Amino acid sequence: MTASVLAAGNIPAPHVEYDLVAPLLLVFGTAVLGVLVEALFGRRWRPRIQVPLAFAGLGAAFVWTVILAVNADPHQVAAEGALGIDGPTLFIQGTILVLAMLSMLLIADRRQDTFAAQAAALPGTDAEARALAGGSEHTEIYPLTLFAVGGMLMFPASNDLLTMFVALEVMSLPLYLLCGLARRRRLLSQEAAVKYFLLGAFSSAFFLFGIALLYGYSGSMSLGDIAQVVQTGQTIVPEEVVGRVQPQEATEALLYGGVALLAVGLLFKMGAVPFHSWKPDVYQGAPTPVTALMASGTLVSAVGALLRVFYVALENMRWDWRPMMWAVAIITMVVGSIVAITQTDIKRMLAYSSVAHAGFLLTGVIATSENGLSSVLFYLAAYGATTIGAFAVVTMVRDTSGEAGHLSRWAGLGKRSPAVAGIFAFFLLAFAGIPLTSGFTGKFAVFRAAFEGGAAPLVVVGVLSSAIAAFFYVRVIVLMFFSDPEPEGPSVVVAPATAAAVALGLAATVVLGVLPQPLLDLAGQAAGQLFVR
Amino acid sequence: METHLVAATGLQAYAWLLIALPLAGAAILLLGGRATDKWGHYLATALSGGAFVLGFLMFWQMLGYPGEERARSVHLYQFIKTGSVDVDMGLLLDQLSISFVLLITFVGTLIHVYSIGYMAEDANRRKFFAYLNLFVASMLLLVLADNYLGLFVGWEGVGLASYLLIGFWQHKPTAAVAAKKAFVVNRVGDMGLAIAMMLMFATFGTVSYTGVFGLVENPAVSEGVMTALGLLLLLGACGKSAQLPLQSWLLDAMEGPTPVSALIHAATMVTAGVYLIVRSGVIFEASPTAQLVVAIVGAVTLLAGAIIGCAKDDIKKALAGSTMSQIGYMVLAAGLGPVGYVVAIGHLITHGFFKAGMFLGAGSVMHATEDDVNMRRYGALRKLLPITFGTFFLGYLAIIGVPPFAGFFTKEGIIEAAWDQNVVLGVCAIAGAAITAFYMSRLMFMTFFGEKRWDPDVHPHESPAVMTVPLVILAVGSAGMGAFLMLGGRFESFLEPVTRTPHAEHHLITLNGVVTLVLVAVGVAIAWVKYGARPVPQTAPQGSALTTFARKDLYGDALNESLFMRPGQWLTRLAVFFDNRGVDGLVNGLAALIGGTSGRVRRLQTGYVRSYALSMFLGAGLLVAALLVVRI
Repeated sequence: MTASVLAAGNIPAPHVEYDLVAPLLLVFGTAVLGVLVEALFGRRWRPRIQVPLAFAGLGAAFVWTVILAVNADPHQVAAEGALGIDGPTLFIQGTILVLAMLSMLLIADRRQDTFAAQAAALPGTDAEARALAGGSEHTEIYPLTLFAVGGMLMFPASNDLLTMFVALEVMSLPLYLLCGLARRRRLLSQEAAVKYFLLGAFSSAFFLFGIALLYGYSGSMSLGDIAQVVQTGQTIVPEEVVGRVQPQEATEALLYGGVALLAVGLLFKMGAVPFHSWKPDVYQGAPTPVTALMASGTLVSAVGALLRVFYVALENMRWDWRPMMWAVAIITMVVGSIVAITQTDIKRMLAYSSVAHAGFLLTGVIATSENGLSSVLFYLAAYGATTIGAFAVVTMVRDTSGEAGHLSRWAGLGKRSPAVAGIFAFFLLAFAGIPLTSGFTGKFAVFRAAFEGGAAPLVVVGVLSSAIAAFFYVRVIVLMFFSDPEPEGPSVVVAPATAAAVALGLAATVVLGVLPQPLLDLAGQAAGQLFVR
Repeated sequence: METHLVAATGLQAYAWLLIALPLAGAAILLLGGRATDKWGHYLATALSGGAFVLGFLMFWQMLGYPGEERARSVHLYQFIKTGSVDVDMGLLLDQLSISFVLLITFVGTLIHVYSIGYMAEDANRRKFFAYLNLFVASMLLLVLADNYLGLFVGWEGVGLASYLLIGFWQHKPTAAVAAKKAFVVNRVGDMGLAIAMMLMFATFGTVSYTGVFGLVENPAVSEGVMTALGLLLLLGACGKSAQLPLQSWLLDAMEGPTPVSALIHAATMVTAGVYLIVRSGVIFEASPTAQLVVAIVGAVTLLAGAIIGCAKDDIKKALAGSTMSQIGYMVLAAGLGPVGYVVAIGHLITHGFFKAGMFLGAGSVMHATEDDVNMRRYGALRKLLPITFGTFFLGYLAIIGVPPFAGFFTKEGIIEAAWDQNVVLGVCAIAGAAITAFYMSRLMFMTFFGEKRWDPDVHPHESPAVMTVPLVILAVGSAGMGAFLMLGGRFESFLEPVTRTPHAEHHLITLNGVVTLVLVAVGVAIAWVKYGARPVPQTAPQGSALTTFARKDLYGDALNESLFMRPGQWLTRLAVFFDNRGVDGLVNGLAALIGGTSGRVRRLQTGYVRSYALSMFLGAGLLVAALLVVRI
């Protein structure tokens, strides 16, 4: 029996629903095209092609997602059960694509000098100086970003654990690389990349081990099958051997071990405590546009995957995993809020803020209800847009050594640039959850869902943490508006693309705060369909 | 009372302009800042005058309607709309409100003119005029609103203007304290008015005059509720009109510039309580108890004010005591029911003229003597300030009730009405008239007659025309207004549709009237013996126990202090202590705890990947444990 016979005979060609997976294919295809552009075009041409290409790919994928959601309204598994395409997934994918485009505005803003000229050149060497002088740049960041975005799209859509793992890696590997590409403070940036890589690999190992245990438990990788096994207690028998092999009693120890380790991998990507330690270091070191992408897109994607695993595969054992998630949610909210108070770097502060928000999101996840799902979806969209806006402002406040990261440098910014400081203050108020901002609507929605789901103590902790968190947000506002500016403080550099990202983030924050109903309805509609099994 | 209100037409439909004009003036002057310094006072005066012209034209239009159809409503907008409570904001133009509109805008405009001269050298003259305009606008809203809530807005507006103007010279600690005192005391009364409104909402479901008055006859509403309403409204009136027991702020309010004392603390704002009682007449008539309390409060206050007026050496405070006393007369009359309403409002209007005239005259005297207010350092000013003296003298004759000057007609009416209803009240009113004659003569003799007692370096001089012209105009009113209003029942028949006063025969010469005039003459004679014929000592003599009692404002302040202020201060001290030690301690402690925790937890972020990995590893163990714990 030769290989050719095998290929032609016994193994049927996989059936792929191309229309359903087209957004994924578009993004990945554009990424591959981007690689080809790197190979085929000269240095002068690359940026001019890469940027429109990236936007075109993301835009086309977004349009396709919208068309899918509106016309086809699919609720089915695709690509031989590897992907689940349904309402929540399409909502998450659409959100990720919008956030990716916003981040792309920051990444593509070449006036801001965010990325290293020559990543391979050691910091402080002649090679680096030459690369800087020669004006070289890494246009590879565009295809890399697109690969990461493709992974993000795939991660929450994965309907079996193996696909999910692949998506996780596709998403993470380009991000590890992108983290190390900062133009200023390159050692910090490279350190962040290495840390992120090492810890990411570590968490992936947990994730993989969790998959193995769950496979051992259920005899299947598919989330739907696992759900079935959890319900019946009988292992799945593969189709080929049905009749010859009898189902067996599933071993519960494997299940618990598997769930815990799988959760480690997912919570790591979300940045929940105690798997958050990478976040401040990486957010601080990475180029800010990449931080914006990670803080929005990666978070959305990771929460999406978490939702799918816990709502599809493990819904029937929610009484078992809820205490674990309660504990994680509580310490995440509390630690995120408390530690943020003593931060002195604006990006680190935002990183801890992101940790706290991961905790708030978890309260919605724990609700395990349609309301919980829809509130988390809304929260993700609202928070993502605000986050990108906030990081965009961070890229604008610069002094001679690049971005003015230290909080003391932000003193009196309100007097120097009232508009920018005002917008940033508005973003901070949105993070704090002040009414008439999107942050309030989102927080209110998740807390209400959690409350209805019987998690009142969690809501109390959430509200208290919000109160603590409000302190450090407002502290920055006070610093900006009520302190005297430093004599040689940073100035605000306004570049059109970044300004556009700020404006869009601001618009989303305002609109979702003042008029949230349309998006709430949309999220409710998406959640009403629930995840496909 | 079922009033079918016709919507205003023609010029009356623009009644809101009455309020809008001075309000716009206040806004322009306050927002315009220093740019309006040069012409701001002229603008304010013009707008106030414009409001008077408008008011007069509306009055003229009203006279064109038959008596029963003169009340017109102007619907403005929906004020508050909630599930169960709808309040429409509208204005009510009827005989009562238009009388007030004319008084407020006319006297107000004269005082604006006077202030141009009086405040000429004040650096903040613009602000002064802005506040005056604000006052006029609020007062007009108070009298024009067709519901209690609108009245309350105006009520608070005049309170604010009064506060700002009493404390206008805030660099003087006494002025700042007086402003605060007026504000605090008025809050007590305002609380009564606010609770009255809540009670109306609860009982009638509305606060509009027509709505409330239409439901008063409803048998479902008990007399107890009406009594409570009446007493609460009276509390509000007491605060604003400085009636006992909320009288203490008025004497201190004389710290404000004299035009303010004339306009706000004599002619208009302090009479708002009388307006409130007369306007709510239907409520009081439904509760004889409340009505009696009103009359008693009025009678007691008229005596108390008169006694205080006898002992004051400060010319403005003596006049303030007199104001208290005269408003006491009005409240007494208002407490007599429909019989008294016309004389109450009539006295209010004549009092507006003669008291404003006398206050402005006092201002003119102070202007002449370098802002000295002590009458013991005046004397013999009649020759140096002939116009001031002449106009003041007319006001004097009016207030003591010498026929045919204004006060005679209106005060005589009150005495007669009181006597008819209750002998005790009548005796109080007559006694008050005698005391009034005494203290006003005392003031007169000490200021304008006798020997000159001012310092040699003071050179009294007559005030400029801008100040004397208003004096003359007001003096004409003091002389003729009473006869104009009261003779032949002119005012009575004009107000009749609102006050429902039964028509009665009035005799010019009654037994009461003769007795009163004799007692007035006695009062004047005693004053002449004590202060006219004998030289007045420059320092006040010891005086009897009664004098001391009167000098100390009948121990009103001492009572307030020991009963309310001291315990209140203890309460605040206790609250501050609790706040500092308890609340702040808790908050600061919590903040320190969180901050300290933050600093400690932060140290876990070492920057070493190995420790991060360890924390993840331990976290994974934690998750497994958390899952397994459930199974156990």
